[in-house]
Amino acid sequence: MREVAPTPETSPLPAPGTGRVPAAEREFTVGERSQAQLVLRRFLQHRAAMISLVVLVLVVLLAYVGGALWKYHAGEITPDNSQPPSFDHPFGTDAVGKDQFAQVLRGTRISLQVAVLVAVFATVVGTVWGAVAGYFGGRADSTLMRLADLVLTLPLIAVAAMLAHNFGGTWYLIAMVIAVLYAPYVSRVSRGVVLSLREKEYIEAAKALGATDARIILRHLVPNALGSILVNLTILVALAILLETALSYLGFGVQTPDTSLGLLVSEAQTALTTRPWLFYFPGLFIIVIALTINFIGDGLRDAFDPQQRKVRQ
Amino acid sequence: MLAFAVRRIAISIPILLLASFIVFALGVSSGNPLAPLLAKNPPAPPNVIAAETVRLHLDQPLIPRYFSWLAGLLHGDFGPSVVSTVNIGSELGARFWVTIRLIALAMVIALVLAVVVGVLSAVKQYTVTDYTTTFLGFLFLAMPSFWLAILLKQGGIEFNKAVDAQVVYTIGATSIPPPPGTGAQIVDVLGHMVLPTIALALISYASWSRFTRASMLEVMNSDYVRLARSKGLSRSTVMVKHALRTALIPLTTVTALDIASIIGGAVVTETVFQWKGMGDFLLNAIRTEDVYAASSWLLLTGVIVVVFNLIADLLYGVLDPRIRYA
Amino acid sequence: MTEDPLADSITPTMPRNGAASDVVLEVSDLTVGFPSDDGLVQAVRGVSYGLRRGEVLGIVGESGSGKSVTSLAVMGLLPGNAKVSGSVRFGGKELLRAPEAELNKVRGRNVAMIFQDPMTSLNPVYSIGFQVAEAVRAHHNVSKAAALDRAAELLELVRIPNPRQRLENYPHEMSGGMRQRVVIAIAMANNPDVIIADEPTTALDVTVQAQIMESLQLAQQETGAAMVLITHDLGVIAGQADRVMVMYAGKLVEVGTAEDVFYTPRMPYTFGLLGSLPRLDRPSERLTPIQGAPPSVVNMPPGCPFTPRCPLSVAVCEEVEPALAPTTGPEHLAACHRSDALVGATPGDVFETDVVDTEALAHFVRKTEGQA
Repeated sequence: MREVAPTPETSPLPAPGTGRVPAAEREFTVGERSQAQLVLRRFLQHRAAMISLVVLVLVVLLAYVGGALWKYHAGEITPDNSQPPSFDHPFGTDAVGKDQFAQVLRGTRISLQVAVLVAVFATVVGTVWGAVAGYFGGRADSTLMRLADLVLTLPLIAVAAMLAHNFGGTWYLIAMVIAVLYAPYVSRVSRGVVLSLREKEYIEAAKALGATDARIILRHLVPNALGSILVNLTILVALAILLETALSYLGFGVQTPDTSLGLLVSEAQTALTTRPWLFYFPGLFIIVIALTINFIGDGLRDAFDPQQRKVRQ
Repeated sequence: MLAFAVRRIAISIPILLLASFIVFALGVSSGNPLAPLLAKNPPAPPNVIAAETVRLHLDQPLIPRYFSWLAGLLHGDFGPSVVSTVNIGSELGARFWVTIRLIALAMVIALVLAVVVGVLSAVKQYTVTDYTTTFLGFLFLAMPSFWLAILLKQGGIEFNKAVDAQVVYTIGATSIPPPPGTGAQIVDVLGHMVLPTIALALISYASWSRFTRASMLEVMNSDYVRLARSKGLSRSTVMVKHALRTALIPLTTVTALDIASIIGGAVVTETVFQWKGMGDFLLNAIRTEDVYAASSWLLLTGVIVVVFNLIADLLYGVLDPRIRYA
Repeated sequence: MTEDPLADSITPTMPRNGAASDVVLEVSDLTVGFPSDDGLVQAVRGVSYGLRRGEVLGIVGESGSGKSVTSLAVMGLLPGNAKVSGSVRFGGKELLRAPEAELNKVRGRNVAMIFQDPMTSLNPVYSIGFQVAEAVRAHHNVSKAAALDRAAELLELVRIPNPRQRLENYPHEMSGGMRQRVVIAIAMANNPDVIIADEPTTALDVTVQAQIMESLQLAQQETGAAMVLITHDLGVIAGQADRVMVMYAGKLVEVGTAEDVFYTPRMPYTFGLLGSLPRLDRPSERLTPIQGAPPSVVNMPPGCPFTPRCPLSVAVCEEVEPALAPTTGPEHLAACHRSDALVGATPGDVFETDVVDTEALAHFVRKTEGQA
């Protein structure tokens, strides 16, 4: 490297590098934040999502803790038939004398459990499905995606009804059926993310360092797909709850002696004018659960990818 | 374009066949359609049971049964129904027309409403209008369709009471017997359609309006909209000619691709309003272990979905010059 | 040169010779801020300049200096949450808070804009002919056929071959360079008085850049418009601009004729920019990269924003932000407390040319060679 000497004697300037205040003493920039912190902060600022989170937690507590502590059990027959809401029976009773508060809480527990099971199963299966398809491409990709197309071609409630009819009426089997039907949605999302990430430089770098395919999929692709998957997950979970209640309403979902919010509505539809409490409370709970989950999903979407407030450069 | 369409249909055929096979197998394994006969007290005579067994091909193994059903399809024979007097083909055909008018009208209403509300929401972002429509959209998305339908049914009854006339109907697709005269018949059909169409439309509208809003917002921030504004065009011209025109393109695809879930919604809606449509047909078929009816239903639905998907793709090619199917 | 008491008037960058009626666009104390999570982003902080009829004014600065935002403010195309103050006058008419209907009369007719990315500037679903004709019909009541004729004429002017056939093409059927020429044609359509070209060549290959600059020159000659040429590339400015303004952190730091700024710069930032240009005629000369990064324009501390990167900074630089003051002449202004120190200096005198950490580089080379 050649050295070029500055012209020292004739220049009135101080030599380069002096007369300058050290940069560290001047605070010109804003503090750095990690990606996770940014996401969390944006989520916490989303009012609707925060309120929904609180409400959802309250509903969960009510369903499990409240249900366990409540004086009546679901399905327990009391001597009070067809009672409108009172202090003793906040949601009234039905024709046989079952306390509706206990019944609704039980149906809520079923819906929540279905939600969790669908969430876990559909995500795990769907993510791996899509990630494998997207990563390997070619034959594997088209076969796996044809399979996904297959499921998505059909009206889910029809297929769900057939499968549920075949495999029985307990809530976890229904949940598995729904999970299998929703996994393809997740696989589409995960495949899309993988395809967009596949060419990125850090994948090449990981490969150059000798990482195996499995390691690349698990350690690199999946965390980056997390944002999209989480957002889609909330949509799917809300849809799963609606699907389960619809199935139960039609008679193909959860069967007696178990109960579901959909089943409660189905039993109450003829009594809408005479005993409205049997109809409104179950419906209300379905709406609240699905609504809060949707708002949380909206908050997550904004947290991971804030669109609206982006400043045009 | 024709070659593209043919290619797409050709690709769809194996998928449809696979789906129909799975459903057929499910139906075959689900239960014995003759169980009610066997459970009767006194039980049905053995020769009846034997005859039914043969008629319903219960004596044959799965694979040959499936292929003979497929072969039958080629000349319009959809297989034997559990109810011997029913011809699956013609029954399904009749019910198809009942359901399709519900679906078609609901889709049109939902689409128009979604575009209007979605655009309004996007243009007036962060105003009261936007927040209200967004909240209502979320509400409808969270609402179970059957619950909403039952409420609407009740609302219809109240409305009729209030105006002291039967304006909207809450049961069935038409009055039985139908009123005389074509005019009166049309009014009768429409009167029966009002409530179920609203029920079916509201939920599709909710998701489509959110999508339109998002699409509009994205387009409104685009460079070409900015360039259009820099030409000095009026705000409304830019919004309609440049923003809306491009924002609507993905909406057509979303709409057509939602057909499967709309059919599902129709199943529920028809049940609430007791329509004798495709929904009722399917649920009966499942309950009575009517393999051929259920499989035929699924095949028909699959074909409808494939056709709609194809229309969606072709429409996209028409609307977006960047996609041309040579 | 005698001190002119009017030198510090509101618009110190106004050209002093020539009658006031020669000025087509007058920007006074323009300030633009964007609210954000961290505070107000002060993208533009009190910019003032005058644009004379027919002149080419170059605005130079790095990303984030506020040069694009300045022009978007002139056109009224800033996003809704922008906070704008100051004044922008076209032909005496105030544009900044004018109603949309008034602005639309000026936009595309008297003041036109060319945007940076030709790949996204044109609407993909309409033909080229339609989009150019639309610009004409926005301000003139002519038939579609007449507008298309004019469109073909404009495409020919920007040297697009087979203009008649091109009218029916869609944007995706054209290359980036051609699309940018279409955008130039749209800007020219109504013979505007001002054309603002916002980084017109940044998104294009170097080989195409020269063609686009040529098209811009043609556009300017054909319409007689004054042109504002915004870029971060000094090479693009040289040879095109009559006057040059250098922006840093939302403010003007040097203003003058092209000769003034290129040959006798009086602000260290300008020095740095000039010194970082590779030169074919002096290949052995060391480049002078400017160390550090531009400051965040949120919550700015007092003093000159260039201070942390400036080799000449002294105590006063941290306390008082220098105002634009005349240096070599009344129309050559620089915002620097130490502009006198720059007389007769070359970039190599001011900046270090040795900024690479050679030891770390050698270490890295040894490590990777071992792994090959």
